[in-house]
Amino acid sequence: MRTPAAVFVDLVYLARLREVLGIASERVAIPAAVVTVGDLRALLAARGGTWAIELAPERAVRIAVNHTLVEPGAPLRSGDEVALFPPVTGG
Amino acid sequence: MTVRVQAADFDLTQAVAELHGGDARVGAIVTFVGTVRDLDDAASVVSMTLEHYPGMTEKSLAAIEAEARARWELRDVLIVHRVGELRPLDRIVLVAVTSAHRGEAFAACEFIMDFLKTRAPFWKKEETPAGSRWVDARTTDDDAAERWKTR
Repeated sequence: MRTPAAVFVDLVYLARLREVLGIASERVAIPAAVVTVGDLRALLAARGGTWAIELAPERAVRIAVNHTLVEPGAPLRSGDEVALFPPVTGG
Repeated sequence: MTVRVQAADFDLTQAVAELHGGDARVGAIVTFVGTVRDLDDAASVVSMTLEHYPGMTEKSLAAIEAEARARWELRDVLIVHRVGELRPLDRIVLVAVTSAHRGEAFAACEFIMDFLKTRAPFWKKEETPAGSRWVDARTTDDDAAERWKTR
């Protein structure tokens, strides 16, 4: 069990998402109701404006926790580095 | 295995020599080199900037290589991906694979590229005469990675 008061994650935004949101990284305190990566995305979308548009459920956003791609149901732990980014286009 | 993310160009001959490395068990060396096109979706590309996610990039490429090694008998793998500003004709990526026989090397090289395109955290931003734009992911790349599930 986690201690609600101590839960935070370090967010990283990359590529086009970083540009449109106007932020590269931030540390965010997580309410007790936010348990999964999908919950976190909804929490950020609730900021409204560009956040609501870019993180809307139908938008393709990839999320990595501690450098590994995860599904929306993946659990969050305090201290996790959570990166949000568009589908990749390397190679 | 070797994974390198670098701004500098690479030399194919030198890379292959490094990978081969006096390993006499190697009977096949397959290389793939991706380069910058001057035309993308009918827009002319003046230059492009490649961004990546340090830390995750190396981890994801190592995982892709491990998956390839689990599927095929490989001697060694080298992946070099450039970042920063690139221009048409520039080399972007090198995947080189050695194995005893060509079948494994051909398949593994294609497999690694297909998964690099869909899993490794790189993004391209193109400069065109109409302004700059982030390149959209292609569904054909997803399809290419997907077909390995049944191969």
